[in-house]
Amino acid sequence: MGVGTEDPLPEEQRTDVTPREVMDADEISRAVVRMAHQVLENDHDAEKLMVIGIPTRGVPLARRLAAAMEQIEGRAFPVGELDITFYRDDLRHQPTRTVGPTRLPAPIDDAVVVLVDDVLYSGRTASAALEALRDIGRPRAVRLAVLVDRGHRQLPISADVVGKDLPTAAAESVRLRLQETDGVTGVTIARAERES
Amino acid sequence: MRHLLSTADLARDEAESILDLAEEMKKVQSRRVKKLPALRGRTIVNLFFEDSTRTRSSFEIAGKWLSADVINVSAKGSSVSKGESLRDTVLTLSAMGIDAMVIRHPASGAPAQAAGWTNACVVNAGDGTHEHPTQALLDAFTLRRHFRAATGDPEADWSGRTVAIVGDVTHSRVARSNVLLLETLGAEVVLVAPPTLMPSGVGTWSCRTSNDLDAVLPEVDAVMMLRVQRERMHGGYFPTPREYTVGYGLTRDRLALLPEHAAILHPGPMNRGLEISADAADAATSRVLDQVAAGVAIRMSVLYHLLGGDEKIDATSLIGTKGQTA
Repeated sequence: MGVGTEDPLPEEQRTDVTPREVMDADEISRAVVRMAHQVLENDHDAEKLMVIGIPTRGVPLARRLAAAMEQIEGRAFPVGELDITFYRDDLRHQPTRTVGPTRLPAPIDDAVVVLVDDVLYSGRTASAALEALRDIGRPRAVRLAVLVDRGHRQLPISADVVGKDLPTAAAESVRLRLQETDGVTGVTIARAERES
Repeated sequence: MRHLLSTADLARDEAESILDLAEEMKKVQSRRVKKLPALRGRTIVNLFFEDSTRTRSSFEIAGKWLSADVINVSAKGSSVSKGESLRDTVLTLSAMGIDAMVIRHPASGAPAQAAGWTNACVVNAGDGTHEHPTQALLDAFTLRRHFRAATGDPEADWSGRTVAIVGDVTHSRVARSNVLLLETLGAEVVLVAPPTLMPSGVGTWSCRTSNDLDAVLPEVDAVMMLRVQRERMHGGYFPTPREYTVGYGLTRDRLALLPEHAAILHPGPMNRGLEISADAADAATSRVLDQVAAGVAIRMSVLYHLLGGDEKIDATSLIGTKGQTA
């Protein structure tokens, strides 16, 4: 909120609380293209391949990934979004959360579903998304694609496709902003009380 | 939100949040596995002191689809028939550690009283001639869907719309809840009833009133026909059913007075041939079955709003703890 991506301070003057940019718009674009290649390398022969974003940033990211896949393969891939609010294991410990829409482009049965999220951290979001999918149908396979893997997993979850491995401290927070949702594009890292 | 006792307690954004989530819940109804884990481990008691099919069963389904444990207690067959008071019944159930109580009671204000005796969330499922908030919410939901489908505008809402509520307003809790909610949402409400069935204090309500249905029908975007509640009537409100139909029934002839796009609603159960003709009930613009279909989705949304999070940290919602009378 109101924190600029452009960091005017030279490296040595930065304090811990100043967000530091670790990926700029171009790097993100290149990472997404590489992720698209990787997804297609694994599953290009899948009859039904769909790209499903996890709100909030996973949704525009899924659109970017699908667009990059279309560039490479020359055909369109269905894109959707999956709200996982009800499946969060901390639902009871928070004030009532707002539930977002779930829009699936087609039945997920027998499809290869590529779940897309911005930052992979504890693994709880991905785990909740898997549970949510299980209630909706039975995909042939589920893949996990994330732009940033920052470590500190609390569940046995790993991503199939990673844009950037980013070693972090648990006290830091990693934040992706995209033109579509935030007006600027970049990944920043900062020391913060709130976990990403 | 702590309780849902009256639609007067709902701010516009809260009401819209309930309706928006109901849209998502509606999609769950068409899934193969109709179950969400949102209220796992919560216990909901349906406490019904009055007969009901659709309200009780839709609350039960709503709770179960959200993975809550739901038990039904009706006055018949419970300690109430042995003379236990409402207060003792509420205290007994609270002592068992339940999370929510859905109460229908013939006395106006009973759920609001119960809310003062328990730590559980209380949902008013119809109290006497006072209010029936979830019915009003599902009516508003059905209307919004109708307006959006009719105009093709996915953002269309109630602003600038006129809704007529017709019939036995005096005895109708549905009418009270609807007037309060629809006005919060931006619609204009016109109450139409014979003078004997118009509530005595209606002058203090903010909506328009009329005794002439034929004059009102051409200007409305929706007409909500109320059930003539014979079981609440002790005679003298109108001379004969036939005379009521002639003056205030939605007959085939009156159907022609309605604008083509106007929706027809009825909270059910319908007295066909009395307040609504078969032609109106089965018309293409009749949304009666949509209302029933919306019932589960709306109640799922309400239960999630009440029980979905930790109410102790939910500081924004201290409304509804006292319960107001309309």
